[in-house]
Amino acid sequence: MNIEIDASRLLCPMPVIRLQDAINESKIGDIVKITCTDPGVKNDIPAWCNINKHIILSIEEQDYQIIICVRKENND
Amino acid sequence: MTRKAVALISGGLDSLLAAKVIQQQGVHVEGINFFTGFCVEGHTHAIRKKDKAKPKRNNALWVAEQLGIKLHIVDIVEEYKDVVINPKHGYGANLNPCLDCKIFMVQKAHEWLQQKGFDFIITGEVIGQRPMSQRKETMPIISNESGADDILLRPLCAQNLPATKPELEGWVKREELHGFSGRSRKPQMALAKQFGFEDYAQPAGGCCFLTDENYSVKLQDLWSNRGEKKYDLDDIMLLKVGRHIRPDKAYKIIIAREEGENRFMSGYKKQFQSIKTISHAGPLALIEGEELNAEQVKLACAIVARFSKGKNEEQVELTYSKAGGEPETIHVKALQSSEIPQNWYLV
Repeated sequence: MNIEIDASRLLCPMPVIRLQDAINESKIGDIVKITCTDPGVKNDIPAWCNINKHIILSIEEQDYQIIICVRKENND
Repeated sequence: MTRKAVALISGGLDSLLAAKVIQQQGVHVEGINFFTGFCVEGHTHAIRKKDKAKPKRNNALWVAEQLGIKLHIVDIVEEYKDVVINPKHGYGANLNPCLDCKIFMVQKAHEWLQQKGFDFIITGEVIGQRPMSQRKETMPIISNESGADDILLRPLCAQNLPATKPELEGWVKREELHGFSGRSRKPQMALAKQFGFEDYAQPAGGCCFLTDENYSVKLQDLWSNRGEKKYDLDDIMLLKVGRHIRPDKAYKIIIAREEGENRFMSGYKKQFQSIKTISHAGPLALIEGEELNAEQVKLACAIVARFSKGKNEEQVELTYSKAGGEPETIHVKALQSSEIPQNWYLV
């Protein structure tokens, strides 16, 4: 299942919290696509995925938007 | 049996060291970080160009990466309002309810620990480090009022405090904990060096906007003019940006100071009345408060024009929009600096 989250306008760490909540409610293999405007997510979401062992599939930038796709890898 | 501890991770040096000290004793550590809405983070600074040199990272996540631990970030914005509005132990120098805040966070960590089956809580507190919340007298208050009692361990100053359950039960060795006290950072810096941490967040002004005098003045103004101590997340985010001018009890103008703030504040145009300079380069402004009448629109536009490139021109064209509404064109002459009373400026 694919889940989309709009975290535009939210500042750190709210985009990470939105992603964390979505991952917690999804199943292993689900893909969460999050749209953000805070450039700090380019550091923070990979850091969060790194410590929680989820996979970043892509990071794209369009104008002021940053779109990140994450695949859930575990239920821990 | 491997014991499990949850560490309150602020992103600063003390919580990093406290967690590391316990990790070194073979305890499984996970971090918890609370988002109150008042947190000072690299990203908030990053809205403004002048702060571009500051790192955009979230320090709590960075600390977790350094420690190789999981970090649970918990949104407590709603619950935290009662701490800010009605602090049992009062405020510090500004609107910072530090002691109540610490009690609340330990209490939330204790609730989390009970749900997850962890054994004890770690904080980076050091006796005498902070004038309000980190004193010898406040340590038992935090333990008792949070409900954590003897499962709250402060590894950096544990040797100056009565032994806790993790020490008495032999889950950790008391002799390998520390006896730091006072405001000096030298013991922490020495320990950081010993662990090989070099790039940690510098303690400069704390991690919370409520300790900031200018921020507290703006929050107090918000409460005074609303006639009640209430706020929502948008309110407290907007207190972090722009120049705040209050010509009238009924409304306040928030004027962007640069491109980064223009961009950030433009995300609020659907919820707030807004003013934009058209004929000259100039800032975006948001109006917080009641819907303006025609006279107030003229005055607000003349104030905003003052901060545009047209400030010395005979006429400046701007647009005024109601929340989410269509722009209405307004022509004004900018107010001169002397025509804006100093007491309209909030700090």
